Amino acid sequence: MTAALQRATGPAAASASESGAVDRASAMPLVSVRALTKYYVRGDQVIPVLVDIDLDVAAGDYIALMGPSGSGKSTLLNMIAGIDKPSSGEVRVAGVDIARLSDADLALWRATHVGFIFQFYNLMPVLTAFGNIELPLQLTSLSRRERRERVETALALVGLTDRATHLPNELSGGQQQRVAIARALITDPTLIVADEPTGDLDRTTAEEILGLLERLNDELGKTVIMVTHDPKAAEKAHRLVHLEKGVLVV
Amino acid sequence: MFVPLLVLRNAFRHKLRTTLTIVGIIVAIAAFGMLRTIVDAWYAGANASSSARLVTRSSVSLVFALPLTYAQKIRQVDGITSVAWANWFGGVYINERNFFAQFAISAPTYLAMYPEFVLPDDERRAFLADRVGAIAGRKLADKYGWKVGDQIPLRGTIYPGTWTFNLRGIYDGAQEGTDTSTFFFHFDYLNETIKRQFPGRGDQTGVFVEELSNADDAAAVSQAIDATFKNSLAETLTETEKAFQLGFVAMSEAILLAIQAVSFVVIVIIMAVMANTMAMTARERYGEYATLKALGFSNGFVAMLIYAESVGIALLGGLLGIAATFPLANVFASTIGAILAGFKVSRETLMMQLMAALIIGVVAAAIPAWRAARVRIVDGLRAIG
Repeated sequence: MTAALQRATGPAAASASESGAVDRASAMPLVSVRALTKYYVRGDQVIPVLVDIDLDVAAGDYIALMGPSGSGKSTLLNMIAGIDKPSSGEVRVAGVDIARLSDADLALWRATHVGFIFQFYNLMPVLTAFGNIELPLQLTSLSRRERRERVETALALVGLTDRATHLPNELSGGQQQRVAIARALITDPTLIVADEPTGDLDRTTAEEILGLLERLNDELGKTVIMVTHDPKAAEKAHRLVHLEKGVLVV
Repeated sequence: MFVPLLVLRNAFRHKLRTTLTIVGIIVAIAAFGMLRTIVDAWYAGANASSSARLVTRSSVSLVFALPLTYAQKIRQVDGITSVAWANWFGGVYINERNFFAQFAISAPTYLAMYPEFVLPDDERRAFLADRVGAIAGRKLADKYGWKVGDQIPLRGTIYPGTWTFNLRGIYDGAQEGTDTSTFFFHFDYLNETIKRQFPGRGDQTGVFVEELSNADDAAAVSQAIDATFKNSLAETLTETEKAFQLGFVAMSEAILLAIQAVSFVVIVIIMAVMANTMAMTARERYGEYATLKALGFSNGFVAMLIYAESVGIALLGGLLGIAATFPLANVFASTIGAILAGFKVSRETLMMQLMAALIIGVVAAAIPAWRAARVRIVDGLRAIG
């Protein structure tokens, strides 16, 4: 699977993935967060969300961000994934300070480097499982045949080959989340971010999804950062990071 | 294929909403086309007029007749090759609802002056030979099912009594815009009958029509004709046939302006309805747009999706509205065709309908697309769940 994905995304992605293995071995951080602060302004009131965060995530690592509601864990994840910008500080992913990228460059960067898994799956309701998984590949220069091969591989990996033509509303929650995982994986990204990936699922299905994430990490060497409330989900991670009121608790 | 497929599927996600929107656009575009066609038909007579013909009438009002003796003096004005005359009859065929124009004409000269009325030679000869003969346009004859040889009774309103005419011919139009909904008969028949019944009303006609040797001389010849009858008991006003026809249009100018205004108001209303639909649609999908952006699609791509959907729906409704205009126009024309003789959907009207549909689509998408493009990913994702 990894080889097939790397072939399709080209040498840059392939080298990134390979370098991930090297980074993991040498413990060089893939993600480096320094003095990160995020606050919102409501009228004359400044509401801090994240305060002076320093965090390193090694390539190939699997970390769980935990903390009570409002602690800032999803905000931190959004900063690392490049869908929100810090008020101050630095977020470097694979050496790139993503906080300094323009919106257009950041969009391009996300397309290449980040796979997203959301709590509510966020699938396009008008596209089939196949179409949803193929979605990120529409931004690449891959041919239709190459795209099809990659999607079929991803569908097989998440065990949904027989559901390729089903629309999201014809799939169970667990199946939808597996489609979302396949979509996150399809561009062979540097980093996979998951925001409460089991938050909407029953225990058995949640276990299946967590098993899939483990395989992504163990077998494909993907770096996974997961926000969760669920201690059992967090147990699967290599490392736990706690946040309380926007501050990292070691 | 990805983008068209996504746009198409999105467009019909809410089938009822989209269908109702399309129906609204069909009605609006068809109504716009019909109203524009009504306005065009009003001007059709003027547009079909010849620039080589002048019309002379009483300078006081069209309701005042001119002495027939004027014809001889007009003929002597330089630049005129032929003079004919015509008189409004205003008869009723069976009942008042069957309105159509009827003119008593100096048949030989009048028909020679109007080559756009195409009449078979045998029918022309039969008409000219029959004192109570008449000819009718094709549209008029088809409407009432008349055939050559039929007797057509008209009840006079200006000229009392029942006047029965022998239909000797049915004329066609040489050009597409030629009026074929008029009924012509011999002025001599009218004049002789009137002179017998009301001697004081004889030897008068409503208008004279002059044929020019050179259309460029229209202004000078008009002045010369009017100068000839200056300070007479019946002073004249001579103008080109087009100006004469536009004079009738001008009488209805306020109505025409109102029709034109309504035609644009219809478009503005459907534009607002469509904009509301697209705003609702975009608001419901903020989460999806945020997801697309998170996956790496640009703000412009999201805006393009909304524009494409809006323009697609508007054009579909517009094309169906254009298609619906033709049967509507046919029904309308068959109902009041004799009043608005040149009732035909023009190419310009079709282009205006298409443009209107396009503008509806673009304008309706503008604000929703702008908002969707600007929505922050984190805010959009919050809309899900």
